Amino acid sequence: MISVKVFKISSYSDEDLLRLNDELDLNLSLDELRAIKKFYSEKSRQATDLELHTFSQVWSEHCFHKTFKSRIKFGNEEIDGIFKTYIFKATKELNKSWCLNTFSDNAGIIEFDDRYAIAVKVETHNHPTALDPFCGAHTGMGGVYRDILGVGARPIASMDYLFFGPLDITNEHVPHGFYHPKITVKRVVEAIADYGNKVGIPTVNGSMFFDVGYVTNPLVYAGCVGIIPKARYIKQPKPGDLILVIGGKTGRDGIHGASFASASLSGVSSEIYYSAVQVGNPIEEKKIIDAILRARDEYEKPLYSLITDLGGGGLAVAVCESFKDLGCRIDLSSVQLKHSNMAPWEIWVSESQERMLISVPKENLEKILEIFEEEGVGVNLIGEVEKSNRVSVYFKEEVVGDIDLNFLFKGIPLPRMKAEIPKLTNQEEVLLEDEEDYTQSLLEVLSHPNISSKEWAIRQYDHEVGARTILKPLQGVNGEGPGDAAVIKPLYDSWKGIVISNGGNPNYSSDPYAMALSAIDEAIRNNVSCGGRRIALLDNFSWGDPNDPLELGKLVLAAKGCYDGAIAFDAPFISGKDSLYNVYHDGKKSISIPPTLMITAIGIIPDVRKSVTTDFKRSGNYIYIIGFTYDELGGSAFFKLKGINGGKIPTVYPERARQIYDRIIKAIDRGLIKACHDCSEGGIAVALAEMCIGGYLGAEVNLDKIPTNLTRKYKILFSESNSRFIVEVAQGYEREFEHLMRGVSYAKIGYVISEKELIINSSKKKIVNASLQDMIRYWKSTLAF
Amino acid sequence: MKVKSLVIRAEGTNCDLETVEALKLAGSEVDLLHFNRILRNPSLLEEYQLLVFPGGFSYGDCISAGKIFADLLGAGLRKELNKFVEAGKPVMGVCNGFQVLIKLGLLPFSKDFVQQASLVVNSTGYFIDKWVYLKYNERSKCIFTKDSPNVIYLPINHKEGRFVAPEKILNKMLENNQIVYQYSSQSGDVEERYNPNGSFLNIAAVCNEFGNVFGIMPHPEKYVNKYQHPAWTRYQNLKEEGEGILIYRNAVNFARKF
Repeated sequence: MISVKVFKISSYSDEDLLRLNDELDLNLSLDELRAIKKFYSEKSRQATDLELHTFSQVWSEHCFHKTFKSRIKFGNEEIDGIFKTYIFKATKELNKSWCLNTFSDNAGIIEFDDRYAIAVKVETHNHPTALDPFCGAHTGMGGVYRDILGVGARPIASMDYLFFGPLDITNEHVPHGFYHPKITVKRVVEAIADYGNKVGIPTVNGSMFFDVGYVTNPLVYAGCVGIIPKARYIKQPKPGDLILVIGGKTGRDGIHGASFASASLSGVSSEIYYSAVQVGNPIEEKKIIDAILRARDEYEKPLYSLITDLGGGGLAVAVCESFKDLGCRIDLSSVQLKHSNMAPWEIWVSESQERMLISVPKENLEKILEIFEEEGVGVNLIGEVEKSNRVSVYFKEEVVGDIDLNFLFKGIPLPRMKAEIPKLTNQEEVLLEDEEDYTQSLLEVLSHPNISSKEWAIRQYDHEVGARTILKPLQGVNGEGPGDAAVIKPLYDSWKGIVISNGGNPNYSSDPYAMALSAIDEAIRNNVSCGGRRIALLDNFSWGDPNDPLELGKLVLAAKGCYDGAIAFDAPFISGKDSLYNVYHDGKKSISIPPTLMITAIGIIPDVRKSVTTDFKRSGNYIYIIGFTYDELGGSAFFKLKGINGGKIPTVYPERARQIYDRIIKAIDRGLIKACHDCSEGGIAVALAEMCIGGYLGAEVNLDKIPTNLTRKYKILFSESNSRFIVEVAQGYEREFEHLMRGVSYAKIGYVISEKELIINSSKKKIVNASLQDMIRYWKSTLAF
Repeated sequence: MKVKSLVIRAEGTNCDLETVEALKLAGSEVDLLHFNRILRNPSLLEEYQLLVFPGGFSYGDCISAGKIFADLLGAGLRKELNKFVEAGKPVMGVCNGFQVLIKLGLLPFSKDFVQQASLVVNSTGYFIDKWVYLKYNERSKCIFTKDSPNVIYLPINHKEGRFVAPEKILNKMLENNQIVYQYSSQSGDVEERYNPNGSFLNIAAVCNEFGNVFGIMPHPEKYVNKYQHPAWTRYQNLKEEGEGILIYRNAVNFARKF
């Protein structure tokens, strides 16, 4: 006997609706419940539990992105959806022919060359990571690989951006029910290594950031890049095609993941939502990848007519979205289960990992089953595509749900939201007296967790499986220096490459608009620094509660920055994701994470053999700075070190930035640049130090030559103005290089030296004199478990 | 006639594509087949002159690295594998492939399929991705490393790469010159401080008593061209060809006679 509950909701009062909402854990709003009630009243039907759970999943913030679609009143402005008004608008206006598929499939798809396309996706897996750092990060990787496989592409590289509480926080400041950041860091890194290494996807790019705002809500962004022959991209299910779930069995793990991801956390969340966290199995995923790619490639055409991954909301979301223009009939009794007594609605919304949904023309069934059998991949034939505009869900002969696709996708009442215009606080000018010597300040900035070497984590990740990694995350003589971006050569028979970089700094969140522009500039300049061009962007927002008008106001401003940045840099957004409600309630008050926007930049380089690393190459070579240094120390690592609030958040002058980037690319193509490193956290001083560390060489630099209107030395050393590079040019090439740089701010500021020390002079005095040994020691000692 | 090589993959194999690429570069024709297919038709092995087990995490490295794959091979292909090795045809395992050959008992001695050594969890406890220098044993009769430079540079990417064996076995291996590469300094000093995983005697690669079965923890297939070197942007004098290709070329050339 199967258990399906039905509810006569047409006769429910608001109170009844809310009680039902709680009972079934639907996480729907009263407006949404009323809309559902109205629909069922009109149809004179009762609602089954499976149908209600379908609304709960498909309409969740996690799947439907209500906040990004809703109308917002922002001061006197009326915004018709953040996504439409800012993010996607930039993509539409830029209208690039090389953007093949943006924001409509599991991943953004852009052209690579005549034959191939690149697929990219970055996901957040924040809520699960807070509860179970290992499983959360583990399944975050698994999920984003399946997003890439979900467009039929082969995953070839992955990225991760991680945000944790401070490592030195004392236990009494970690609320009951949460892990100490040290444990979270270890478990998350272990999980990324376990999943990525085992599936065989090199983890090539990433970042790690520590702030007290992430103690209860650590963030894990997992990204993946894939490659697919253009002709093999297919998404054309036809009536009569068979619907298959392939991969692992379906269990109770991950039930309500999507609605849980749309709620905020408290100390007891781990008890309530334990089943919401999924458990990963990387080998199961690897088998699916192998099998799907064979089904894609072994015959003239792919054997499937549609492929998508089973992610948030499980079958409910994948089936309804995949066949929303057609319809289908599903029989849940043929899904292989981990537990024998699962109710149909549980099977329907389970988020058990390592499963994909495909549709297969009947004539291909035998061939595809043969592949799955050899690869050891489980298969469940669960239904058939129909032209009915509904999803009819059966359990054997019994109807357990009948979903009207038109209402499901068009019937959601979007809220009208209110946003407050945030006041820019903490930006008043701070003026410090200059010190005689900044050696110790530099060393301490180098050892700040956000800046220090991440080698401890990076070496646990396989960053070269596949043998496609041309610029690795650690660079230089001993592999100790940091890289700006990763360069991947996706095809064994072509020298063309993909350049992968990121940008984002929550320390700038007091000015969300400038933070967004800075993130875009940082991601792009990291890309340019290695030789990347024709850049596509991905936006990933992790935010607090959007129902708080101030939080929403910050979100609007950041989105505005995204639009302006994308247009100004001629770099369209191709994919994105938002994770909201990253809030912790301690019973008295709510604490939001710092607004955290991460930008991923994907560029291409025509010939990877021309790409450039950050390490100084040879003593005697000249050191140049490109770009202008402003009084922009707000949110800087130097002010953090000194415990100072205030100062101006770095902004971007896109016109000038683009001129610089064009010239840097030209210089790289002509082979004029030996080393290139962008100035970001820690400013010029840190960039120089890192180039010394990578090259195991020294440098002598004259501060007075740096293009700026500033006079205070600490400002010039540590300002975090955007769009700047430190560049090494070989002797004999300086004239050609300078010729190329005409029209932008630049200066020859010194040269690489064989003595193992970084010397920065001003007014003929050494204001920094740091030995290479000290710089390495400080830089490498922070993250060493 | 081109040499025909077979790369066998299983659930969790993940270095198969670059292995195929390296073999092609070395002049071989290559088939990449799932173990399940060979199991259905074990006589398939006879069609090949060179057998390669690539890196990865076969069957999740459950129990211990390579153990399940080794047991399945021992149960399903023992006769055919034995015939292949006895005929003197070359067999090579890289990383997980090495772990498989050790646990299958084809290395360090190809006799009776008895495991006599092991590759266990690194002394650090962590997976490690790092480039290492390897000192070559010139007296080794390993057919895969003929004319190897005194020191080569390759990446390691493993969690269970610590070679361990009883002293008796180690001594026998030393006597027979079966230790092919040891972790070393750039100039070839074999010292504990250059040992990335705690391997006994800094062992990185070994061959069997005849030299036709070879296991190596570092990945030669990941250094077949200059641009895979981790610091290629620094060194103008690097050869266009990476140091790993030599091993595949030797294997293919040797396999020609079968």
